[in-house]
Amino acid sequence: MNPVSAITGQMAPLPRANVDTDQIIPKQFLKRVERSGFGPFLFYDWAYDHEGELIPDFVLNRPEYMDAAVLVTGPNFGSGSSREHAPWALEDWGIKAMIAPSFADIFYNNCINIGLLPVVLTEAEVGVLTQLAEDPTNTVTVDLENQRVVAVGFEASFEIDPFAKHRLLNGLDNVALTLQHADEITTFEVTRPDFKPSLS
Amino acid sequence: MSAPRTLYEKVWDDHVVRRAEGEPELLFIDLHLVHEVTSPQAFEALSLADRPVRRPDLTLATIDHGVPTEGRALGIKDPLSKKQIDTLVANCAANDITLFNIDDPRQGIVHVIGPEQGITQPGMTIVCGDSHTATHGAFGALAIGIGTSEVEHVLATQTLPQVRPKSMAITVDGELPRGVTAKDIILGIIKRIGVGGGVGYVIEYRGSAIEALSMEGRMTICNMSIEGGARAGLIAPDETTFAYLKGRNYAPRGAEWDEALEYWRTLATDEGAVFDEEVFIDAAELEPFVSWGTNPAQTVGITESVPSPDDFSDPLDRDNAARALDYMDLVAGTPVVDIPIDRVFLGSCTNGRISDLRAAAEIVAGKTVHPDVNAMVVPGSGLVKLQAEEEGLNQVFLDAGFEWREAGCSMCLGMNPDILLPGERCASTSNRNFEGRQGRGGRTHLVSPQMAAAAAIAGHFIDVRSWS
Repeated sequence: MNPVSAITGQMAPLPRANVDTDQIIPKQFLKRVERSGFGPFLFYDWAYDHEGELIPDFVLNRPEYMDAAVLVTGPNFGSGSSREHAPWALEDWGIKAMIAPSFADIFYNNCINIGLLPVVLTEAEVGVLTQLAEDPTNTVTVDLENQRVVAVGFEASFEIDPFAKHRLLNGLDNVALTLQHADEITTFEVTRPDFKPSLS
Repeated sequence: MSAPRTLYEKVWDDHVVRRAEGEPELLFIDLHLVHEVTSPQAFEALSLADRPVRRPDLTLATIDHGVPTEGRALGIKDPLSKKQIDTLVANCAANDITLFNIDDPRQGIVHVIGPEQGITQPGMTIVCGDSHTATHGAFGALAIGIGTSEVEHVLATQTLPQVRPKSMAITVDGELPRGVTAKDIILGIIKRIGVGGGVGYVIEYRGSAIEALSMEGRMTICNMSIEGGARAGLIAPDETTFAYLKGRNYAPRGAEWDEALEYWRTLATDEGAVFDEEVFIDAAELEPFVSWGTNPAQTVGITESVPSPDDFSDPLDRDNAARALDYMDLVAGTPVVDIPIDRVFLGSCTNGRISDLRAAAEIVAGKTVHPDVNAMVVPGSGLVKLQAEEEGLNQVFLDAGFEWREAGCSMCLGMNPDILLPGERCASTSNRNFEGRQGRGGRTHLVSPQMAAAAAIAGHFIDVRSWS
């Protein structure tokens, strides 16, 4: 994954609670075996009508939000299915960070694992940013290094697990990190009781 | 003497490979379940990095999400689903992974086959690229749903880095009223804690109403932990658990059974262990629930009416309720029993096991599906289907006018041809009523198998407690 540092860009407001991953990317688009190309299907049922026509009012369809890089949204964003296709679709569309009062656990981890930055701010802070995002000329800077979010007349700090931050800043591959400890895994494996099931 | 610990903490502690300051803990994974939808990109990444699968002997694959439930002899028509399934078959062959393929009687929903084979056991760590993995927690296993990057990580290392979640005890005490099921318990729990109430927690379900449940009922409860946002959900193993496991395919035998049993008996939460959060529910106050909205916390009892957005004090809840009523095409104040339905789906990893089919068949026996309703039964696995056929349940359903299908996830998420048409309203035994979940524009009402069966006959929701 690519290193994440400071992200500056346009905000898109999506003030809804509990946006689930079925909304972020509906199931009919999960059949691809590739990892890329999910962007056009992002929020598909909100972005296109039953005839497949673009719904012009949907925030990410509005021409003035075409360059949005930071999604400002409601609590429990990314709930439901574990599909990593959801963060892949957001990333592929051009989103680089999301700001919400809370995120669903699996979704949050999936985002960290692909280098898409989930930022938790208070409900009041997200409320202010949502207002600011209504004006598409406003931009925001999400500074991971200093854990700060800055917009016009707005400044807030956010918490992130230090190891997740380290991985994001340096673009570190989790598998490679763990394989550095392969000896410890082997040591553990030797101690596993024989009654544990095996398919061999 | 160490401090008293909860069940989840014991399982966790027994799997720590590495603990280092400032890092997540590295947990060893005893069993990795794999299916066709969330694995192809993981296998591809491994292959590109030239990394082998570390423990194919601890990895079990099946196809469930995209598999058709009828006309299988004709092959898989959808070219994308076919490619996805073919890709899993090839990946399993290349990496020496056991696969329950489409023609294997053991094929089925990944969370049904693990317990059925006895490979889901107490005290294990289990992961799967699927959010309903917590189902396996019914055995006192720590079972976590993961994303595809994590699937890749587990394939390569048989471990998962995890930040320790908080613990929540949900105690359900008392006797469950007649006609109220495990499904109603978990719907009642989610209604109480909300869809985000469990975020950051592992939930332990306990209390006399939970202990009284069969393993299949316990699986229904743990299955929907994610619908409350929880990382996992589990139940202490007891004699019910051990009796279920004994003699199953992958369960330990002989001296190993005794050794395992001795270990499993140490797992229950210690007296005096402290949970970060506690919730208490009186089983006697539960009733059959029906979801009215577009998330699993938006439910009411069968004797109640569809709520109004004004019933909610939180502005976001109010907004969500208004949006949900609009999507569901429901008018506030409508009694739930007056809601007519078009479709019934009986199946899924929540309620697709043999006891679910038995309970539904009992309601249906000798009756006929309402002429305006299309109803289908999709067993959770090939073996559940065989068992049901041996007991003659298929005939009960067929005689009543239900369709009897092959095993898979089917209309729980509609990745195969089984979907709702726009505007269709479905009584479903599955776990999610999200917008479009069962088909774009489709409207899902979550209920127990008994309630779904009764609705199929009546053509609208009906209180199963008054069924005769």
